Amino acid sequence: MKIHEYQAKQILSQYGVQIPRGEVADEPSKAREIAEKIGSKVVLKAQVHAGGRGKGGGIKLVSSPQEAEKIAEGMIGMTLITHQTGPEGKLVKRILVEEALDIDQELYIGIVIDRAREAPVVMASSEGGVEIEKVAAETPELIFKEYVDPATGFIAFQARKLAFKLGLEGETLKQAVKFILGLYKVFEATDASLAEINPLLITKQGNVLALDAKMNFDDNALRRHPDIMKMRDLDEEEPLEVEASKYDLNYIKLDGNVGCMVNGAGLAMATMDIIMHTGGMPANFLDVGGGVSEEAVKNAFKILVSDKDVKAALINIFGGIVRCDLVAKGIIQAAKEIGLKVPMVVRLEGTNVEQGKKILEESGLAFYPASSMKEAAEKVVPLAKP
Amino acid sequence: MSILIDEKTRVVVQGITGGEGTFHTQRMQEYRTKVVAGVTPGKGGQIHLGVPVYNTAAEAVEKEGANASAIFVPAFFAGDAVMEAADAGIKLVVCITEGIPTFDMIKVKQFLRQKDCRLIGPNTPGIISPGKCKIGIMPGHIHTPGSIGIISRSGTLTYEAVDQVSQQGYGQSTAIGIGGDPVIGLNFVDLLQYFKEDKDTEAVILIGEIGGTSEEEAAEYIQKEFNKPVVSFIAGQTAPPGRRMGHAGAIIAGGKGTAKEKMKALEEAGVSVAKSPAEIGQNVKEALSK
Repeated sequence: MKIHEYQAKQILSQYGVQIPRGEVADEPSKAREIAEKIGSKVVLKAQVHAGGRGKGGGIKLVSSPQEAEKIAEGMIGMTLITHQTGPEGKLVKRILVEEALDIDQELYIGIVIDRAREAPVVMASSEGGVEIEKVAAETPELIFKEYVDPATGFIAFQARKLAFKLGLEGETLKQAVKFILGLYKVFEATDASLAEINPLLITKQGNVLALDAKMNFDDNALRRHPDIMKMRDLDEEEPLEVEASKYDLNYIKLDGNVGCMVNGAGLAMATMDIIMHTGGMPANFLDVGGGVSEEAVKNAFKILVSDKDVKAALINIFGGIVRCDLVAKGIIQAAKEIGLKVPMVVRLEGTNVEQGKKILEESGLAFYPASSMKEAAEKVVPLAKP
Repeated sequence: MSILIDEKTRVVVQGITGGEGTFHTQRMQEYRTKVVAGVTPGKGGQIHLGVPVYNTAAEAVEKEGANASAIFVPAFFAGDAVMEAADAGIKLVVCITEGIPTFDMIKVKQFLRQKDCRLIGPNTPGIISPGKCKIGIMPGHIHTPGSIGIISRSGTLTYEAVDQVSQQGYGQSTAIGIGGDPVIGLNFVDLLQYFKEDKDTEAVILIGEIGGTSEEEAAEYIQKEFNKPVVSFIAGQTAPPGRRMGHAGAIIAGGKGTAKEKMKALEEAGVSVAKSPAEIGQNVKEALSK
């Protein structure tokens, strides 16, 4: 799960990690009030789940509370387009109003799980303010890494090593060590999958603060963090994906026009792939679960047909423990209730497949049967062509 | 022959009295897997599905000689159950549970490094040696004994592969789902090592997907050490970056873990990589007739 910058900063400050003074505003007058309270130049930052906000006009420096209100009027309610939002952009509902600080250096600190090492890794770089992927590709020697031993946790000397490699000294070094240790504490305590401070700011006075903050969380652990779960912003997500998540379906909207409904994540990806190899493009990823209950089929059906981009659909079910005749009945019931709005190719395989096929044929509903993935893809792709 | 399990394997089911545990224990019994004990803390002394239930895994080992475990314990308690099994001296743990937090698994893996225990999963359909033993939730009847080893990060896509090789007339020596999570027990390389030593396995199918680097590691190992034909398919060639495709581990992060990179690495290692999932069976036949 993703959260906004202002939410990430709230969490950081709870753990004593230094952030600039600031508050979030959902109205221009509130932005003025916050600016008055701060009493110096402020920065207005659009709160959307996407990077590259500065270039898109989502970050503005203002010099007075009046100006803050005026600029906020333009920002709140704007559609912000960055290289990460896609061409449709994202609606700005809130802005973060924060004190403007004198920048001496912009550094980078990030924590992720390293899958190959099966441990968290804390990364630091002198190249802050740019995308770390770019640094990793072009100048990997400027990224320093410390792996965390799960038995001991992240140790102070590791934070010191990183801070010294960043070339820090004196009071700034001490603050940076405290910052990095605090950030790791947040990462572990919240079951985060990513904690990224980019840039990490060193002010002209030598203070260390999180100028930006990005946190993602392990979906599997969310139920033990109800406070973080509450931070989910449904407006940032694709409406059909939000709908699907209510039914515990794994659904991801894609750009193509061939809808698919499959049991199991691997088979669902493979079905998308075979659609592409046959000359079509998948409209979605939809996994109804390895077990496929009748309820899941019905809900998935609803999601599929409510996507206006879908011109034809492919249902690919490998009945294992679940019998194909039961799956067929579920499909028919869903089709009768919701209606067959687009042509549907159904491929059933596995347990009781013959009975399943017979039930579909005798239903009188206009399904296109297929007996292999290849045949199913070859049938559905032309049906989706305009 | 088979790897890791056979007709003598003695299985304890942790979480045997729960809904999933009950249902799949029955299916395993139907497949003639020797389920010798169950564990549900607080329900020790009961008999469930004709099997004695114990409070701890250690008792199941001591009283019934269990040497493998199947775990059907809810996600937040499953890591605990894996470590309990390992501590009791169980040599093979198959963790079916989906949705275990990554940090829990990191700690589990750290614990297992000090134990003589191999973990399969979590978030896996399990392991089956057709006709001998099944520990997991896969449909037993679609499998037939034979000479193909299968290692996969997926469930139903593995059944698809089993079906395709069956149509070509081949059975399986052992089929293993390694799990769809980012941090798992045995990986492709570990299992390829077992298949290398198994004289009845003639070829291996490796079914990967986007995310992580375990396919690339497998490619490196195959090139250096593995002497049997390998056929592979990587799911997620059309998956967008930054999105979790159902499995917690199936994500292209920071531009890394794409299907394209994995397919290239495997092809360079001499693996027959199926572009389309419909070609897996055919590629196995071609690889074996060379």
